[in-house]
Amino acid sequence: MEHVVIIGNGISGVTAARHIRKLSDKKITIISAETDYFFSRTALMYVYMGHMKFEHTQPYENWFWKKNKIDLKKGFVKAIDTASKTLLFAEGDTLQYDKLIIATGSKPNKFGWPGQDLNGVMGMYHKQDLDTLEKYAPNNKVCKRAVIVGGGLIGIELAEMLKSRNIPVTFLVRESSFWNGVLPDNESEMINRHIKSHHIDLRLNTNLKEIISDENGKVKSVITKETGEEIPCDVVGLTAGVSPNIDFIKDSNIETNRGVKVNRFLETNIPDVYAIGDCAEQNEGIDQRRPIEAVWYTGRMMGETVAQTICGNRIQYKPGQWFNSAKFLDIEYQTYGWVFSKPREHEAHFHWKHEDDTKCITVSYHKDTNQFLGINTFGIRMRHETFDTWLTEKRGVDYVIEHLSEANFDPEFYKTFELEILQAYKNQLQTA
Amino acid sequence: MSHKLNHSMSLAKPDSNGLSVKQKIAVAIGVVGLFILVLALLNTEFSNKSLFLTLALVLISVGTIIFSNDAYLNKSKGIKNDGVWFKSISSRGILGWITGIILTLFYIVLYFYPHLLGLGKNGESNTGLIALFDPLSFLLSGRPASQWFVYGTLYTVAILVFGYKFLLKYRHNRYEQIRTGSVMFFQLAFAFLIPEFMYRLNSNLPYYDLKSIWPLNYYNFERYRINQFIDAGDIGLALLIFGIVSIFIITPILTYKYGKRWYCSWVCGCGALAETAGDSFRQLSDKRQVAWKIERWVIHSVLVFVVLMTTAVIYSYLGKDTSKYWLTRDMFLGLVAGFLTLIFALTMIYKRKELGKDARYGAIGYFVIILALIGLHYFSSDTKLFLFKSETLRTTYGFLIGSIFSGVIGTGFYPIFGSRVWCRFGCPMAAILGFQQRMFSKFRITTNGGQCISCGNCSTYCEMGIDVRAYAQKGENIVRSSCVGCGICSAVCPRGVLKLENDSMKGRINPNEILLGNDVDLMDLVNKK
Repeated sequence: MEHVVIIGNGISGVTAARHIRKLSDKKITIISAETDYFFSRTALMYVYMGHMKFEHTQPYENWFWKKNKIDLKKGFVKAIDTASKTLLFAEGDTLQYDKLIIATGSKPNKFGWPGQDLNGVMGMYHKQDLDTLEKYAPNNKVCKRAVIVGGGLIGIELAEMLKSRNIPVTFLVRESSFWNGVLPDNESEMINRHIKSHHIDLRLNTNLKEIISDENGKVKSVITKETGEEIPCDVVGLTAGVSPNIDFIKDSNIETNRGVKVNRFLETNIPDVYAIGDCAEQNEGIDQRRPIEAVWYTGRMMGETVAQTICGNRIQYKPGQWFNSAKFLDIEYQTYGWVFSKPREHEAHFHWKHEDDTKCITVSYHKDTNQFLGINTFGIRMRHETFDTWLTEKRGVDYVIEHLSEANFDPEFYKTFELEILQAYKNQLQTA
Repeated sequence: MSHKLNHSMSLAKPDSNGLSVKQKIAVAIGVVGLFILVLALLNTEFSNKSLFLTLALVLISVGTIIFSNDAYLNKSKGIKNDGVWFKSISSRGILGWITGIILTLFYIVLYFYPHLLGLGKNGESNTGLIALFDPLSFLLSGRPASQWFVYGTLYTVAILVFGYKFLLKYRHNRYEQIRTGSVMFFQLAFAFLIPEFMYRLNSNLPYYDLKSIWPLNYYNFERYRINQFIDAGDIGLALLIFGIVSIFIITPILTYKYGKRWYCSWVCGCGALAETAGDSFRQLSDKRQVAWKIERWVIHSVLVFVVLMTTAVIYSYLGKDTSKYWLTRDMFLGLVAGFLTLIFALTMIYKRKELGKDARYGAIGYFVIILALIGLHYFSSDTKLFLFKSETLRTTYGFLIGSIFSGVIGTGFYPIFGSRVWCRFGCPMAAILGFQQRMFSKFRITTNGGQCISCGNCSTYCEMGIDVRAYAQKGENIVRSSCVGCGICSAVCPRGVLKLENDSMKGRINPNEILLGNDVDLMDLVNKK
């Protein structure tokens, strides 16, 4: 019986395993050094905040794996010998595979800051990061202040986590406005204000210079680059993005760049070795996507795809229309299609913001053809299926704005803003 | 981290989630109010009962209101579940256990030893706690209080003040606000005031909470009630007919249009208590598959039990002689058997595919049992029905289901098993409405394509123990008989994945692979449909 070994028990690896099981009776082994069972990484924050217990982040009960004949092995893969199809573990044992799927995900970026490996300095990605945070920031007596470095999605989640325990937070953001490499200015500025309204000390245009240690090798303070200010703190969160977690592969024959290089079939340069999820790097980005996409659902799609390929139906990875979502403290964000922070050539943005400063949308469209290109929504839920259809049908922006209510996904009885949006859109056309 | 959470049994809280000064004052005010009730319970003679009753209820309410204001009003609108699993009361910690035990003891006394609360026996006047409530009872209906009046008053106060807390907690969510306003209204008006006023206007009428429908009020068709209805003339007859119409006509129509939520989370008093006072415990419901299996067997067994029991009760006071009254024992049994056969046949013909294999076997099993019991009667000359005396069946049901299950366990165990234990495992009304919802209803919870990140908030906060995430991550609409449509899964979702909707019957169960999966040749797939 063919033995499929999957390194990594995140969403990509587990999806691959589940689908291989659906399609075949191959022997399947999932390896992880992080946790015994699959859990939802995106939910770690809610464990710290006390919304859920860790067990609630596990989508499958513990008996699921045995029942579906998916072997789980706890271990850390140290090296891969592709010639003999053998994995070598840090613990000293080995494992033979017939097909290998690398799904090791990401690790937090560190940019060589002085003091970045001190006690009390952590990313927020692995289960172990959460354990560390619980140790160094259990409450606002032990942790009198936390500093977060890096203004992305994980950074703001970490800020929300710490605030839930009333720990003062200073948030150092390199950019001139929060996440404005991705969000258009209006939106980014609205989120700036929202962050500050939660009493988070947001410092824009601010870089970390170094992290200072106390006499026990634990963080004592950070120093900023621009002003040289020293900010005393007990915890430093490094959330300046993530990169593929592939250090153990670098010495093998498997070709890597920033991630493990794969073709559209998710195959590496070595036969019978595949890479999926955050750690996989496409030779070139698909559509307007980046070569590496550290997004939950692309990991899931790659898992499904590679399962097909391994079970004899070799198909390409085709991720369809771009979408994503996040939550900034109390404001939900969804995006469908492409809205770039600065409109590209031939692109124009229509922006609407509600007076309460917690809801807005930005619609991106083609200046000449009026084709609808994408939408960002804040504080209003939108229906994925509707936008997916409109994007695929290449609808015009007028059509989209006029039919916006069809795409509304807010709970019943919520106030709707489609008329106001339509009015603003018409006004903009008249003044333009 | 996790080792810490397990310590919530200890009095020492893991983190600084203590009460603010204002909240401590609020707790003190509320406790003073409760203390007056305790004094009354210990037979303290109050010179002015009206004053002290008012004082007690006002202090309890004011304490809760101040506490809620401080908990929510100084935070921004949004989901505020911070620290739920660190708090002793809401994570099966020692406060949770103490609360559960006190509530359970209260229910045991209430149902089985009301004289301990001061209920006057054989026309004697009330003493103790119940006497404290006499002035209010005289005001409303002109008679002394009973233990049920005391309970009803406290129950209503709980729904109103915790309803207020709920309104604040979900003040960003209009669905939750309107729904909570609805349950508060129905409890205050329909369950509490109107029956008392009805008694005052026409004391011949049986005490009737109009929104309580058979089989939830399993006693509705007992001989003494039927007699009272008929004795009360046209009004009584109208109420009797309304009782029957609400089972066979009103309920199915509303459930078809809106799902069973129109009742379970908008109207029902049990649901009202669960949604308001029980909100702090909703995350404690068991989500394991084994709990789901137990749930299905227990709730449907209760339903079968109540059908048999009611049939037996009605049978017991019907005659054999057609000349006296058209509805005879044989005819009644024939009607019941015919009706059940019809429902069973329709389900099996049209909806067989929608039932799981075990559900199908279960339905067949129950159907055979009922028909066998009815058949047994025909072939035996015994005066007893179903091998038991109807009286035995009735008292057994009243004790096991009516008291122990719906009261003692259903509410007493809120802090241990979550807020909807009764609704989920025991309520025969929920079973009937759930069956209707599963088989024919425009209601479903839709999922938003591929946006689910499997975080598990929806499943954790589902008070009915549904693993919502299992559907959401598949992009599959949620059509479940147990869903009461409380809307919290949609509220707690950080990615806007869930929405409660009434839509056409077509395509209500649809795993949406277009948006979830790879190889999206969308137009091909869309055109194929």
